[in-house]
Amino acid sequence: MTRDPLGRPPALLLLPAAIATLLLVVPLAAMVAATDWSGLADQLGSEQLREALRLSLVTSTAAMLVCLLLGLPLAWLLARVDFQGRGLLRALVTVPLVLPPVVAGVALRTAFGRTGVIGEPLLELTGFAFPFTVWGVVLAHVFVSMPFVVIAIEGALRSADKEYDAAAATLGASRWTAFRRVTVPLALPGILAGMVLGWARSLGEFGATITFNGNYPGTTQTMPTLIYVTRQSDQGAALAASLVMLGVSITVLLLLRDRWLGTP
Amino acid sequence: MSGAASVGPGLDARLAVPDRLDVALTAAPGEIVAVIGPNGAGKSTLVRALAGLVPATGHALLDGTDLLTLPVRERRVGLVFQDKMLFPHLTARANVAFGPRSRGVSRRTAEAAAQDWLDRLGIGDLAGRKPRQLSGGQAQRVAIARALAADPRLLLLDEPMAGLDVSVATALRLELARHLRDYDGVTLLVTHDAIDALTIATRVLVVDAGRVAQFGTPLEVAQQPATDHVARLVGLNVLRDGERFRAFSPTAVNVDLHEPDGSARNRWPGRIAAASPHGAALRLVVHAVGGQELIADVTPAAAAELGLVPGREVWLSVKETSVRSYVAAPT
Repeated sequence: MTRDPLGRPPALLLLPAAIATLLLVVPLAAMVAATDWSGLADQLGSEQLREALRLSLVTSTAAMLVCLLLGLPLAWLLARVDFQGRGLLRALVTVPLVLPPVVAGVALRTAFGRTGVIGEPLLELTGFAFPFTVWGVVLAHVFVSMPFVVIAIEGALRSADKEYDAAAATLGASRWTAFRRVTVPLALPGILAGMVLGWARSLGEFGATITFNGNYPGTTQTMPTLIYVTRQSDQGAALAASLVMLGVSITVLLLLRDRWLGTP
Repeated sequence: MSGAASVGPGLDARLAVPDRLDVALTAAPGEIVAVIGPNGAGKSTLVRALAGLVPATGHALLDGTDLLTLPVRERRVGLVFQDKMLFPHLTARANVAFGPRSRGVSRRTAEAAAQDWLDRLGIGDLAGRKPRQLSGGQAQRVAIARALAADPRLLLLDEPMAGLDVSVATALRLELARHLRDYDGVTLLVTHDAIDALTIATRVLVVDAGRVAQFGTPLEVAQQPATDHVARLVGLNVLRDGERFRAFSPTAVNVDLHEPDGSARNRWPGRIAAASPHGAALRLVVHAVGGQELIADVTPAAAAELGLVPGREVWLSVKETSVRSYVAAPT
C-alpha cells in the first residue's frame, strides 16, 4: 500500500470492511472447498443437470429479449417524454424490484393462472395456459427482470444528452428516426449493461418461477429449482449445480467489467 | 426567388418567450443578421425559439409560412449549436448526411452530397473521422456543413466561433463569409465578436435584456451604438442624454490625478477598475462616480508616470469637439 498523505485508514472502518469481505467470500470458498471433485464429472454429465442448465439459459435469454423489446420503449417514455403520471408509472414499474419473488408468483397466478383474470379467457379462447410451461417460466422471469432492465436503461437514456435529439429534429428527423439512429446508439453501453443485469436476474430467479410453474424436469425445472430440490436428496448434485451457477455468474461479471462497465 | 405580394420571401418575426424575450425582426433572403448583446440577453433563446426548441408566442413568417405552427423537424431551419452537438457515434460524412437521410434521400445519394459539402468546406479528407478525432475548427466546419446539407431556408449559427483559437476563428470567419454570400436563405449569426458583426453581417440586431436595443447596418451600429455593450464591443464610450447619445473614442479621453482646470465640461471623477494592453496603448476601465463605466486609452509611459493602476482615483475628461452626438436609429 502506498502511503496516503491524508493518513492511515482508521481501524473503525477497516474492521467492518474486512468482516463484510469475509461474509461475502467465505461461503463461496467453502462451497468450492466442499466439492467432491472426483465425482464432479459424473454430476455435470447427468441428464437432469444438463436439462435444467439448458432450460435456464434458454428462458433467461428469451426473457432478456422480451424485456428489451418491451422495456426499452418504456424506459424511453420515462426518460424522454413529459406526461402526467410519469412519477406514478415509474413507481409502479419499480414495485416488482422490492416485491418478494414468492408474492410475484402468487400475483402472476392471479392474473395468468387457469382461473386468473387474463388466464381464464386466454384458456377458453386458445386452450393455452401459462402455468407449468416453459412460457410460464419466461413470463415469471420477465416479471421480475423487467424493472432492472427498465431502470438501468432509463438511467442510460437520461445520462445521454437530450440536445442530440434536438439536433436530430432540426435536421428533419422524426422522433422514431432520432430514437433509432441517435438515442439508442448513444445509450448502447447502458442498454447492454441493463440487458446483462436482467439476464442475470432471470438466471437466478427462483421464488416466482416455482410458485407460478412448479418444478417439472425438462419444462419448468431451472437451475435454482433443481438446486433447491436436490439439496435434501443429493448434496453432491446440488453442489455441482451450484458450482456451475457460480461459474456462469463470474463469467458474466468479467464480461461486464471489461466490455461495458469500464471499471479497471 | 419570386417576390410574392402579401407574403414576401425572407423572415418576418415577432417572438415572445415569457420573462426572457420579446423581439421583432425582418430579413430579406440572402441577408446575414448578426445578433449581438451581453450574456443572458436572449440571443440563444431567439435562435432556439426560431428553431422550435423553446416554445414561443407571436409569429415567425419564413417565406410566408409561420414557423411557430410547425414542429421542429418540418421548419427547415438549420441550427449550428454552440456546443456543435455532432453525433459522436457517426463519422463526419454520416453526420452531414443525417439531414438528407432523415428526409428520405437514399444513403448513397445523401453520402455523396455530404462528401460534396465537406469538400466545399475544405475538410473532405476528414470525412471518415469521428467527431472526437477532429479539432475544434474542423468539428465546427462539419457542424456548419451538416446544417447546410439539410437545405434550410433559415440558418441559425449560435456563436460558431466561440471556443476556437484566434487564428482558427479568423480562417473560419473568412470561409463562413464566403459560403454565406452564396446562401440564398436568411442567416442569423449569434456572436460575441464585433468583428463577426461588422465584417460578415449585412445587418446587426442588438439584443439587450430580451428586447431589441438596436437594429441597423453594421456601419450605423458601429458609429452610433445605442447600448453600453455594443459601444464596448466597438471600442467607444457612449453616454445617454435623454433621447440623444453622445459617443467618444477612448483615445480622446484625458486622464488626470486631480480635477482638471479649464473649460472641459465633460469630466468625471472615478476609480480605475481594470487596466489591460490594447494595441500599443494601455486601456483603462474606469468606474465613474454615478455608475457610468468609461474606457480610456493612455500611453504606457503616461500610465507609469501617473501610477495608473487599478484602485487609483482619477479624473477623466474629454473635449466637446471629440464628442459625437446623435439620436439612436429607430428600432
